Amino acid sequence: MAEKRTDAHPDSLASHQNVALLMRDITKVFPGVVANDKVTFELKVGEVHALLGENGAGKTTLMNILYGLYQADSGEIYLYGKRVRIRSPRDAIRHRIGMVHQHFKLVPRHTVAENVVLGLDGAPFLAPARAVEDEILQLGERYGLKVDPKAYIWQLSAGEQQRVEIIKALVRGADILILDEPTSVLTPQEVEELFKILARMREEGHSVIFITHKLDEVMEVSDRVTVMRRGKVVATLSTADVNKPTLAKMMVGREVVFRLKKVACERGQEALVVEDLWALSDRGLPALKGISFSVCRGEILGIAGVAGNGQKELVEVITGLRRATRGKVFVLGDEVTNENPRRIADKGVAHIPEERLKRGIVPEMSVAENLILKRHHRSPFCHGFFLNLRAVKRFAHHAIEEYAIMTPGPDTPAKLLSGGNIQRLILARELSGEPALVIAAHPTYGLDVGATEQIRQILLEQRRRGAAILLISEDLEELMSLADRIAVIFEGEIMGEVSPEAATLEEIGLMMAGEKRRVRR
Amino acid sequence: MGWESWIIDTLKRALAYGTPLLWGTLGEIYAERAGVVNLGVEGMMILGALSAFAVAQSTGNPWLGILAASVVGGFAALIHAFFSVTLRANQYVSGLALTIFGLGLSGLLGTSWVGISLKNPLPKATIPGLERIPILGEALFRDHSYLTYIGIVLAVVLWFVLYKTRWGIAIRSVGESPSTADAMGIDVFAVQYLCVIFGGILAGVAGGFLSVEYRPAWTEGMTAGMGWIVIALTIFAAWDPLQAVGGVVLFGALYHLAYRLQAWFPPEFLKLMPYAFAILVLAVAGLRKVKRGAPASLGVPYVRGQR
Repeated sequence: MAEKRTDAHPDSLASHQNVALLMRDITKVFPGVVANDKVTFELKVGEVHALLGENGAGKTTLMNILYGLYQADSGEIYLYGKRVRIRSPRDAIRHRIGMVHQHFKLVPRHTVAENVVLGLDGAPFLAPARAVEDEILQLGERYGLKVDPKAYIWQLSAGEQQRVEIIKALVRGADILILDEPTSVLTPQEVEELFKILARMREEGHSVIFITHKLDEVMEVSDRVTVMRRGKVVATLSTADVNKPTLAKMMVGREVVFRLKKVACERGQEALVVEDLWALSDRGLPALKGISFSVCRGEILGIAGVAGNGQKELVEVITGLRRATRGKVFVLGDEVTNENPRRIADKGVAHIPEERLKRGIVPEMSVAENLILKRHHRSPFCHGFFLNLRAVKRFAHHAIEEYAIMTPGPDTPAKLLSGGNIQRLILARELSGEPALVIAAHPTYGLDVGATEQIRQILLEQRRRGAAILLISEDLEELMSLADRIAVIFEGEIMGEVSPEAATLEEIGLMMAGEKRRVRR
Repeated sequence: MGWESWIIDTLKRALAYGTPLLWGTLGEIYAERAGVVNLGVEGMMILGALSAFAVAQSTGNPWLGILAASVVGGFAALIHAFFSVTLRANQYVSGLALTIFGLGLSGLLGTSWVGISLKNPLPKATIPGLERIPILGEALFRDHSYLTYIGIVLAVVLWFVLYKTRWGIAIRSVGESPSTADAMGIDVFAVQYLCVIFGGILAGVAGGFLSVEYRPAWTEGMTAGMGWIVIALTIFAAWDPLQAVGGVVLFGALYHLAYRLQAWFPPEFLKLMPYAFAILVLAVAGLRKVKRGAPASLGVPYVRGQR
């Protein structure tokens, strides 16, 4: 049960009428890290408040404490001046707090209405889903959250699923809404729509906490911003009084270079050619429907698109992890369609996989072992049956230094490394043999600004060296600054190809939503 | 023998043989819908069979025997729930251990009951009116155990609860995505505990049916692999209580046919049937692609704060 105390908080901050939430001196320690160190956060009624910081800065931890998923080790929470204890999400909901998690908390095989009614107090025992259908439609009208209550979640786009999450919170009467990195899965148009919805909510008197690490969004949507770094609050400011470089400096703790220097490169031999490629998804449905393109040495071809439109299958078919049902793949002129992954890798194909922890490393194995995964069966790491541990260690020390992998040592289990360092480890392994072709799937996804910058530099360096790079990303800014050409994928088809210099974000966004580009070649 | 009596006979025997399978499968469906695999069905059934027989024989009341079986089955399932939900042990290992434990313990405790035939088995019932339907009436509504009728009604009720009520949404959500259920204020552990224990109660009754009705005596290992068929039927039925009824009848009929073939085949053949059928059922289920119907978080212990 949530405990409510009637005594007013002595602090003058909370005695202001317009303060919805005050979290004071919140400290949360996880084994080995102080995730929140005496964090104080204040939210006014009817404001959109951005919570800005790099990954691992402690933003999500703070919000999980507010939502009752974690318990703070110390500190107090006040809602409208009253001290509250929030021990579980149920308590949070009772206090009219709603949260839209970065990874949606939805049951894909259930309908929208079933998801909305799950755990809802006061829902009838019989036919509960039908009882909320009307309310879902009404809220949709009022806030511009259009969604069919009878549709199954798996049928919906990411943007629609997010609307379901917001509806879930509103049905529970949420006054305070927490959005955790809400734009990371949306197309530019969907982001615009989300911002309109937030504006509607602000007009209706809701208070919104908007967690992000994207500066543009802070500037566009928020009234105030709180910047966090390494578990501490750096500052809380009115958005009107700040600019992007100031925020970036606060967030990272140093100056950030916004533009990457890209040297012009000579286009060389075709390293990867894909012809009329078809493949099935895990569900047995067509995921690739006749994809054709080529990438030359010394260029970066970007593949833009909302997640789940065939990018994963495309990478898997090229690297030999999934069977092509039709079509051909050529690497450096040799056909490798449906060859086994090791044969393809041996042709000089590096693979930086989408799911770093699942496919990039063996988490339980050491850094050194992970570094030689791809070449452990060859000299100098192996002589006949035995591993040459000295060579392994020498290579590991070299790689750790060259790629600045922050690890206690080569024998540390890889799972203990942070996301950025795991990615550096993968790059060190994959790029060590000077590959002719680099397949990079979402290489900077979820990484902080510093690591992102470094990994982009490494990719450009590979391009300069003469590698062909296939870059799959959802981050349009990344594609615009790195790629020489951008192809847009939608439901397993290439909608069109643009050059980053000539294309606008709107144009690419429309293609990401399925509009085919008028052919003009 | 005419084809009519042949059909009646097959259906009748299929229902009788299928009754424990139905109870067991309904229970396992609920446990698995909440995301917990329980491979201990065989163990819970055999413990249920022994306790039902012992209590029915001592008190002279077979219904008390069934009650005892349900309590014992529920307690056995509680052990599995404690290991797999609270301690987050590997569910498959814990379930297998429960089966081995149940078979061993019942063999040990049951020695003094071996060879006695039950003086007062469970009565049979005929449903007036419905029994007059030609062929089907005689096959389905005459001279069946009460537990057969209750089992079929239970299947309908459990289907309704699962798909048309608040509880059902909560249970299915826990099995599909416990983190979602947790975030929506559902007590994931409570739902999993209750479903696993409910499954154990039903498995206990299934075992009790064997020893106080189907073959009113106690023999060591009398469940003879039925628990494994239950696991297979759960998959075959795509975790749906109504489909379970169909699966159970089909299975019972196949078993009956194999029994008939005994005249031409050695007795070992019959002993082999449950396992052969289980494999067959899984193969058919695989071809039907019911794998897509499996609860998405089946067999994965839930830890808050992990994705």
